[in-house]
Amino acid sequence: MPKYVVATPDEIPPGDSKIVEIGGRSIGVFNIDGEYFAIRNSCPHQGGPLCSGLVTGFLESPVPGEYNYTRQGEILRCPWHSWEFDIKTGQSWWSPAQRRVRKYEVQVESGENIEASNAGPEKGPYVADTFPVTVEQQYVVIEMD
Amino acid sequence: MENTTPKRSKMPVIDCDIHNSIPPGGLSPYLSERWQEHYKTFGLRGRIGGYYPRALLNAARRDAWPPSGLAPGADLGFMQEQLLDAFDIEYGVLTPLMPVGEQLNLEFGAALARAVNDWQVADWVEVDPRLRASIVPPYEDGDLAAEEVHRCGPNPAFVQLLLLARTRDPLGNRRYWKMYEAACAYDLPIAIHFGGNQGPITGAGWPSYYIEDHGGMPQAFHTQVTSFVMEGVFERFPTLKIVLIEGGFAWLPPLIWRLDATWEKLRVEVPDLKRKPSEYIRDHFWLSTQPMEEPPKREYFEQMLEQMDMDDKLMFATDYPHWDFDSPARALPSFLKPELRRKILADNARELYAFDKL
Repeated sequence: MPKYVVATPDEIPPGDSKIVEIGGRSIGVFNIDGEYFAIRNSCPHQGGPLCSGLVTGFLESPVPGEYNYTRQGEILRCPWHSWEFDIKTGQSWWSPAQRRVRKYEVQVESGENIEASNAGPEKGPYVADTFPVTVEQQYVVIEMD
Repeated sequence: MENTTPKRSKMPVIDCDIHNSIPPGGLSPYLSERWQEHYKTFGLRGRIGGYYPRALLNAARRDAWPPSGLAPGADLGFMQEQLLDAFDIEYGVLTPLMPVGEQLNLEFGAALARAVNDWQVADWVEVDPRLRASIVPPYEDGDLAAEEVHRCGPNPAFVQLLLLARTRDPLGNRRYWKMYEAACAYDLPIAIHFGGNQGPITGAGWPSYYIEDHGGMPQAFHTQVTSFVMEGVFERFPTLKIVLIEGGFAWLPPLIWRLDATWEKLRVEVPDLKRKPSEYIRDHFWLSTQPMEEPPKREYFEQMLEQMDMDDKLMFATDYPHWDFDSPARALPSFLKPELRRKILADNARELYAFDKL
C-alpha cells in the first residue's frame, strides 16, 4: 500500500489531532498516549465532519446509580449528532439497536485489539473508516490505497 | 476538507428552519436608547430560564462556530458557506429564537420584537436574497402582537409569524385572536417552533432531563393542535395557516383519530365546530421534518406518511446551526418516491410561502 507522510510527531502531541487530506479524502490523525490512529473525517450517519468533534471518554452505568467514566481521550463524539466512535477502531457505540447498519470496511493494524468483551458496551451500527499509521524516521505515515 | 463538503442534493432545497442569532450589540441600531439602557440594566426576564448548554454549547453543531469568533448563526458569511452555498439552498426561512414573546415586561417585549424584526430585514434578508424573515411578535399580548404584525406585514421580506411552543395558554385561546386576525390580513402563516419556557412541557410536571424535553416536545404540540381546533379558531379565521416546526409528525395521526372519535361523542360542547377535527387539521396545518421520527422498518415510515395523508404539508428543515441538524443530502429516507421527495424538499414550502413577492 502507498504511504503518505502527514506530519512530524511533534505536530501531534499526545491528546492532540490533525486533519489532513490524502487523495481527496479528509482524514483525522489522533495521538492517544503516543500511539497514532487515523479515522475518516466523515460521519457514517449523516456525513458530519467527524474529526472536529469532541474527544471524550466513555460513560456507562453497569447498574442504575453506578457510573464508570473510562477511556478518557479515546472516544470521538461527532460534532453534529453526538454519535460516539472509538478512535482506535472506528466502531460506534451506544446506539438504538434497531438502526440499520451502514457497512464500511475497517482496517485495524496499530492499536490494541479492543473488541468488546461480554461485559463491555454494546456496539453501534456505524463504523468509521480507520487507517494504519506508523512513525517512520520522525514522520507520521498513513498507509492507504 | 474537500471530502467533508456535503454532497449537494440533486433536487431543489428550501430550508424552513434556520436559526440566525444576534451578535453582541447587534440589536442596538434598532432599539431606542431607552430600551437599550433597559436591556443592559435588566436583561431578558421570562417566567423561567432557558437552560444551556443543551448537549453541545449553544445547542449548536460543534463545527458551526464561525472563525470570526461570533456565536453559531450570527455570522452570515459563514452561514452562507456552511449551509446556503454548501447545500445549494434555494430559499431559507429565518427563525431567530430570541424570546421576545416571553418577556414579562410587555413593552420591552414589544420593543425587542420591533428590533429583532428590523434586524432580520436589514442585516439578513436585504443582504442575501435567498433568505426570508419571520415576524417575532410579542405574542402574549394580542393587541401588541397585532400592532407588530400590521407594522411588518406589508413587507414581503416576512413570510410568517414565529411563536415558541410552550405558551402561557393554549394557542386557541381568545387572547391570541387579534394576532391571528392580523396575520390573516397579510396571509401570513403562524409558525410554532420547538421551545419556550413558560410552563412545563408535560401535563404532569417537570421532567429531570434535557433528553425528556428534546424527545417529549410533541406533548406541547399536541396541546396546541387540540386547542386551535376545539376553540373554533378555524371557523373564525378560515384562511389561517399553522406551521409546526421541529416537533416531528408521527404523533399526529393517533391524535387525529382520538379527536375525531371524541368529537363524535362530545360535539355538543363545542357547537362552533362544523367539521371533524381531522378536516381542520389536514386543511390548516403544515409540519416541518426535522427531527424526524425514525421507525425501525421502512414500511412503518411509509405507513406513517399514509396515515398522515398530508403529503402536501410536510416541509424540509435543517435546524442549522443546532446539533440535531438534518443534512438535505442525507436526512430523508432513500426509498421516498422522487415526486414526494421533491414536495418535501422544496415544493410544499414554495407553495405555502410567498417567496417570489420580494
